[in-house]
Amino acid sequence: MNTTKHYGPYGGQYVAETLMGPLNELAAAYLEAKEDPEFQREFAALLKDYVGRESPITVCRRLSAKLGGATIALKREDLNHTGAHKVNNTIGQALLAKRMGKKRLIAETGAGMHGVATATVAALLGMPCEVYMGAIDVKRQAPNVERMKMLGATVHAIEEGSATLKDAMNEALRDWVTNCDDTFYVIGTAAGPYPYPEMVKDFQSVIGKEARRQCLEKFGRLPDQAIACVGGGSNAIGLFAGFMDDADVKLVGVEAAGKGLSTGEHAASINGGRLGVLHGAKTMLLQTADGNVIDTYSVSAGLDYPGVGPEHCHLHDTGRAEYSSITDDEAIAAFDDLCRYEGIIPALESSHALAEAIKRAPSLPKDTILLVCLSGRGDKDLENILAYKKSRSNM
Amino acid sequence: MKQRITDCFAKAKSEGRGAFVAYMTIGYPTLEKSEAAVETLISEGADIIELGVPFSDPFADGAVIRAAAYEALRQGVTLRDVIALAKRVRSRHPETGLVLFSYYNLLFANGLEKFADEAADAGIDAVLAVDLPLEERDELLAVLKPRGMSYVPLIAPNTPIERVKASAEGLENTFLYVITVKGITGARKELPKELSARLEEVRAAVKLPIAAGFGISSKEQADEICRHADGYIIGSALVKRFGAQS
Repeated sequence: MNTTKHYGPYGGQYVAETLMGPLNELAAAYLEAKEDPEFQREFAALLKDYVGRESPITVCRRLSAKLGGATIALKREDLNHTGAHKVNNTIGQALLAKRMGKKRLIAETGAGMHGVATATVAALLGMPCEVYMGAIDVKRQAPNVERMKMLGATVHAIEEGSATLKDAMNEALRDWVTNCDDTFYVIGTAAGPYPYPEMVKDFQSVIGKEARRQCLEKFGRLPDQAIACVGGGSNAIGLFAGFMDDADVKLVGVEAAGKGLSTGEHAASINGGRLGVLHGAKTMLLQTADGNVIDTYSVSAGLDYPGVGPEHCHLHDTGRAEYSSITDDEAIAAFDDLCRYEGIIPALESSHALAEAIKRAPSLPKDTILLVCLSGRGDKDLENILAYKKSRSNM
Repeated sequence: MKQRITDCFAKAKSEGRGAFVAYMTIGYPTLEKSEAAVETLISEGADIIELGVPFSDPFADGAVIRAAAYEALRQGVTLRDVIALAKRVRSRHPETGLVLFSYYNLLFANGLEKFADEAADAGIDAVLAVDLPLEERDELLAVLKPRGMSYVPLIAPNTPIERVKASAEGLENTFLYVITVKGITGARKELPKELSARLEEVRAAVKLPIAAGFGISSKEQADEICRHADGYIIGSALVKRFGAQS
């Protein structure tokens, strides 16, 4: 059984002492649930009957033809119930919460997709839910805020710090440390202290496992590259998990370069950060010379996080995965392409992964398959994208 | 190796009282005023000063200390300033215990060796990192101990007694910081009823002195605590007091 607390120099449990008890309790409960066929059966049944898995693989015929190189195929996590991959993980964690006898769910959210997915499963299981969200994100992802409220969750807008995902996570940690006896903290990404990175990977690994089998069925072989966006990195680690042992499948994580890595206004922790400690883990961190955390920037709220899952840092070091970055402009162009050539409106987060594939495709042979994780749908981003385009056209 | 912290607790005990450990966020309301606050606290009888280093993501702190940290950061106060201030305080007060109270990343960011050299040079006695539990602390202890500095472990209400013992093991010239409540820093009107029994339980398990903190704001609370502990820590209430004076 893999009970890794560290991935190379990354990971660990850098938390307040009060949280060590709850983390140990969680790790023990998780390892037990992982081995329990009944838990796995219940999880699989909800993924099938409630989320609507499996999610299909769609070949982008017109887009690939336009680019004139490799074939781009999408793993359609956007077609999941709630519109993103996040629900795979929240179902797993909420079932675990129930099993542990916890009465209340809390979550942090950036783009709001994890908040929606947590509120959804809280309603499904009849548990109260409180979601912490940076005030800036509340504004730029307003439809998701309304969705969470509709589902019965309480949404707290966090005004302090940079008023984005990291500050939401700070506040969720404060709630958890105060109410740890009866509260389960549903972390939405593959970051945070052990056992979260491992647990989130396990719950999201359904993406990669399905995709691997589907590629074999559909193409008669594995993809050449598996590409996913990386904020904290949950959809990426879930996709990568399916291909980790397939040495011929190149794993590509795509970070948010925002206005460009050289501008300092980005959220590319692996490409632009250095080793640090935040929210319970050693990770590549965007920080000042003094060790304070930098306000990150990306047009995509879901990638706007200064750290990254510890396993990604390790995969980068070992070379098993490579990590590139995509600017706002490139992501928006990819968004437009997918809308117009394939009739699919992707999330801005996923548009980063797509943009990387679009960059790579033309120089690759036709029989090359680039599998992109389309981690979410873009309905939530429409207002944002219109505003972005308006500001660009005024420049 | 200097034994200032041990001596501070011994002195308080010989005077029939608990040691007074005072926390200040350095840089709040300004760097100068926080230095003046430290002087005031020492003149008022503080045995040990916890020098709080402002951090951008104070996830273990209540509203008062968070607001102080953000204000200090806004003024550009860094770990370097806090260490420089410690050095000045040390030069004036050779016997006061000085504990650097920080989040771990600030110590880690520029290399632990470099940090430890500067802290030792400033006359800091011990370091407390809020987010550095027993499992992760060895790499910090490895740079503190050779330079004659110690570490202050946090003990939570839900820390099992075996773990309390393990947290104290191998440490000298320090105390156990016993957190009174599950939660974040900040003054509370009432402390939990089971606190006295918990303090006795922890005190009986270790040789190091113990001091209770989180939520303590009044003389009455401190007196009650010192019937069961070797000292008490006041933080948010002091930060509020010196902030209000500005």
